[in-house]
Amino acid sequence: MSPVNRKPYNAPDDGGHFGEFGGRFVAETLTHALDELTELYENLSTDEAFRQRFEHDLAHYVGRPTPLYEARRLTNEIGGARIFLKREDLNHTGAHKINNTVGQALLAERMGKRRVIAETGAGQHGVATATVAARFGFDCCVYMGEEDVKRQALNVYRMKLLGAEVVPVSSGSRTLKDAMNEAMRDWVTNVDDTHYIIGSVAGPHPYPALVRDFQAVIGRETKEQSLEQLGRLPDVLIACVGGGSNAMGLFFPFVDDDGVDLVGVEAAGLGIETGRHAAPLNAGRPGVLHGSRSYLMDDDDGQIQETHSISAGLDYPGVGPEHSYWKDIGRADYVAVTDEQAVDAFRLLNRTEGIMPALESSHAIAYAAVDALRRNNDEIIVVNLSGRGDKDIQTIADMDGIKF
Amino acid sequence: MSRIGSRLSTYKRTGKTALVSFVTAGDPSVATTVPALHALVRGGVDILELGVPFSDPEAEGPVIQKSSERALANGVNLVAVLDMVRDFRQTDTNTPVLMMGYFNSLLHLGPEHLVKNAVEAGVDGVIIVNLPPEEATDIQPVFAAAELDLVFLIAPTTTEARARSIVSVAGGFIYYVSLKGVTGAQHLKVETVRKEVLRVQSYTALPVMVGFGVKDPQDAQRIAAYADGVVVGSALVRTMEALQSSEGQIPGALEAQVRKLRDAMDESDQDQRE
Repeated sequence: MSPVNRKPYNAPDDGGHFGEFGGRFVAETLTHALDELTELYENLSTDEAFRQRFEHDLAHYVGRPTPLYEARRLTNEIGGARIFLKREDLNHTGAHKINNTVGQALLAERMGKRRVIAETGAGQHGVATATVAARFGFDCCVYMGEEDVKRQALNVYRMKLLGAEVVPVSSGSRTLKDAMNEAMRDWVTNVDDTHYIIGSVAGPHPYPALVRDFQAVIGRETKEQSLEQLGRLPDVLIACVGGGSNAMGLFFPFVDDDGVDLVGVEAAGLGIETGRHAAPLNAGRPGVLHGSRSYLMDDDDGQIQETHSISAGLDYPGVGPEHSYWKDIGRADYVAVTDEQAVDAFRLLNRTEGIMPALESSHAIAYAAVDALRRNNDEIIVVNLSGRGDKDIQTIADMDGIKF
Repeated sequence: MSRIGSRLSTYKRTGKTALVSFVTAGDPSVATTVPALHALVRGGVDILELGVPFSDPEAEGPVIQKSSERALANGVNLVAVLDMVRDFRQTDTNTPVLMMGYFNSLLHLGPEHLVKNAVEAGVDGVIIVNLPPEEATDIQPVFAAAELDLVFLIAPTTTEARARSIVSVAGGFIYYVSLKGVTGAQHLKVETVRKEVLRVQSYTALPVMVGFGVKDPQDAQRIAAYADGVVVGSALVRTMEALQSSEGQIPGALEAQVRKLRDAMDESDQDQRE
């Protein structure tokens, strides 16, 4: 794997560009709000009081640090390299998403905005947003595709219990991408009093960098824990990639460590060759969607295509622009794992470790199983276990023909 | 000078306010679009905007979203839109035509491809809703070399410093977004827009067109009192939507609808001259 040309790594540039990716492709009305957010964020990134407040909330509300856990029975079952799990599933609300929503809630508070909005697919980011909104006393509105509202009834109810309004989106394909369109329309209309909490390292500048920096706590802890527990850095980090926030959060603090391989795992769905997948880095091309230039899945006419993954959190036709950049400069590898492989990995981790991974994270486990076999047993793999799988029990039960 | 520039500079001299229409290409059917464009011109439209449908039109309200979905269901792509312009140009070589849409369905084959084919088809300008000037620096020279106008937008939230830099690179005219919101929104405040438009006019010679949320002759008339042009979109698309099962009536209905707008604006222009 070739090293990053420029060290220390300092992307993005002032306009939010990661090489030819990223930037700010939005309707003019939003530019001012994005400028304000960028300026505030740049000021706060060197603000010690803000950093302390964020870290306090991560420790006492989210429950960090999360363990770096050696999965010995899993390792034995597979053979090859030692597999460690970064346990983001143990965070409050059950996934890494809360790291970012806690940070962005603090930003909203600083801007004096008392209303937050979010898009959500499976509902994890929606729940994480509704959670911090409840804690800060913000009004909260979550946009969710009509299809996803049907598929994720439990999370919809959970958000309502948290005091959020859930708005079903009936335009386009009625899924995550359309929820994001609708959230942007809300933001354009209510930009004076509303902060848009984007849930991934996607969207217009400064979101990809801002969300990355809030999620980078995952990688910082992993680095410290590796040195403490192993006396060295891991050989490879593996994480699933939908928009790519858990992967970026784990990878980013290691970007200048050339000895650490980074592998992002996309959703191959029914198989890349079937076209029914959600793997833009593996099978897409660069284009513009939701405010930034990145790899995406579009047809010959530039229309965004519908995607498929068993995991709602990976079911998105785009990807964060920094991942596109890393693919092109060779800093990370991006592979893809099918629905079937992910489900097998879901079962395997349950059975060997007593841990139920989210179907998203199961993609990373599945690839780790493949990768471990190719490595020596003194090599170290860290997998980001980005979320817990309780939300996916219904999906698995349906496959097993079980009705509750 | 482009067809857009020469027409608008004439209007500037005579004090006429331009009427700009927006319809989505291929909505409700491919066959209706060219007759609809001719009808709009007959009714008094000065500049035509033709929407290129996109799967994810994030700045549009529900009316234009649905029209994009209908057009896409009809198989409309960039090639089809350019065919419509070519067809329109068979009998109308005077009326300026702009394409309006989003980056990915306009520029997926690159700026050279778009510009060459647009100019050949008889297009005069392009508005790319999600392309601010900062991201257009590579694209602009390609447009400039072909004398194809790349139109930019200014919004109520645009700061003065930024607006000044936008007008310095903009082609054709300035599209002033009259409200914080999506196309076709209900909360247009004509008087607050007035101050903003006058401010923009104070530092650019480019004509300023006001769009988003203009519904009826009253809105158009009041805006015509200060703007160089009025853009009407969702109101026309709604008319076409209502008549989609009797498409034959669409040209006549559009012509009548824009004539009312034109008459109201002419009254306003008349008042200003007196």
